[in-house]
Amino acid sequence: MNPEELHYTQSHEWVRIDGDVGTIGITDYAQKELGEIVYLEMPEVGHVFNADEEFGTVESVKAVSELFTPLSGEIVEVNKAAIAEPGIVNDDPFGDGWLIKMKLSTDEEVGKLMSAEAYSAYVQAEEKAR
Amino acid sequence: MSAPVAAPAALKRTPLYDLHRELGAKLIDFGGWEMPVQYAGILEEHRAVRERVGIFDVSHMGEFEVSGPGSLQALQWLTPNDVGSLTDGRVQYSAFLTERGTFVDDLLVYRKAADAYLLVVNASNTPKDFAWARSHSRGDATIDDASDRYALIAVQGPRAAALISRAAENDPTGLAYYAFRETRVFGAPALVSRTGYTGEDGFEIYLAPDHAENVFRKLLQEGEAEGAVPCGLGARDTLRLEAKMALYGNDIDDTVTPWEADLGWIVKMKKGDFLGREALERQRAEGVVRKLVGFEMVDRGIARHGYPARAPHGEGVVTSGTHSPTLGKPIGLAMLPTPDGEIGTEFQVDIRGRAAKAQVVPTPFYKRAKS
Repeated sequence: MNPEELHYTQSHEWVRIDGDVGTIGITDYAQKELGEIVYLEMPEVGHVFNADEEFGTVESVKAVSELFTPLSGEIVEVNKAAIAEPGIVNDDPFGDGWLIKMKLSTDEEVGKLMSAEAYSAYVQAEEKAR
Repeated sequence: MSAPVAAPAALKRTPLYDLHRELGAKLIDFGGWEMPVQYAGILEEHRAVRERVGIFDVSHMGEFEVSGPGSLQALQWLTPNDVGSLTDGRVQYSAFLTERGTFVDDLLVYRKAADAYLLVVNASNTPKDFAWARSHSRGDATIDDASDRYALIAVQGPRAAALISRAAENDPTGLAYYAFRETRVFGAPALVSRTGYTGEDGFEIYLAPDHAENVFRKLLQEGEAEGAVPCGLGARDTLRLEAKMALYGNDIDDTVTPWEADLGWIVKMKKGDFLGREALERQRAEGVVRKLVGFEMVDRGIARHGYPARAPHGEGVVTSGTHSPTLGKPIGLAMLPTPDGEIGTEFQVDIRGRAAKAQVVPTPFYKRAKS
């Protein structure tokens, strides 16, 4: 269920690399853990982040969670449709529910991220630990 | 995304725990109890209660039985509301207050007879309340912690009456708001009251733990015609906040008095002496400097419990805040300097470092249409 072509973080974000642009969202596991998402706080276009920096928050009725950049780069687009209707992130976390697009500053960081297979194993281990 | 916090071991469970698992509930630690926060989803459950009917397990609540010829005297001393105004079969919202006039807890008082009362207290406060009541009681009354002998199921929503009329003998739909009777629900002996914590019409069913699972199942089955769904504590919280019902530990605690919490109506000065009375008289004479008010966000963002507020006349704090499913926007309660409690006053909330504008609005946020 975790798409093969994406790269994953331990904090449950995914990134799709397309040239020097990375599209970033949260995983299906993450949206299920949160429950119904009612609010997204997203960065301004033009803002520059290092990898592993907080770039926004996602809120369900009950909880707030911070979002972290998988890679370094500059924000080139935020998903306005998801901000207007955050439920999209629950409905389609890997598709229409993407959050931000970044112009990546390097292609050297992506190797630190997990493959779909590694991420699935990571989630299984995390679930077992509970 | 930052990880949700894992629940520690050794949580208490209600008699409905196995059924919650079977129904696919997401369970959380709620004041030391492993309770369902949601089944299908908070928004959907919230909507079910506003439009149809929801069934809640609130068996974690504490129950004390007060008996003996001095029961009235004891409760008049222990609580600020006038227990003397209760008649058999009536319920009263009240509190335990400290000598400083602040909340030990908020609670319900049920009068079963002149010498037999039932008190219903918040789950996580039960041991504290019991010790408090025992050590501060006056007169010839016995106070027992009967919490283990009661399961509690709430049936809430505009279709609750239709469901309870088929579920219970001696039709409780004739009950007035805040009245109760002892009857049977699906054959099980039960106390049924027309009370709730959602702002909707509804009933609460007190029964022996052994019968709880069967009754909960049957309510869901029989309630299918009404569109009944099981509801968790997540929806209970959004429902109570829209109705501006206080939550102990959020909006009220042992630093807050009824005057400050806009709950002055539970304080009956004319009834005679009671715990906390002197402090409340003093505070009223000196002036109440802060006040619990409802607000909506003007800027984007959800202001949550504990977020600092900056109002024109000084600092305040958000005591409860959420996304209101009914209104589709962020709402909350805040403790603000009294002059800033005026409807329309704008103030700033510090949302994790960002200043966001909010505005004082009339409460409750939601009021049901009387049928």
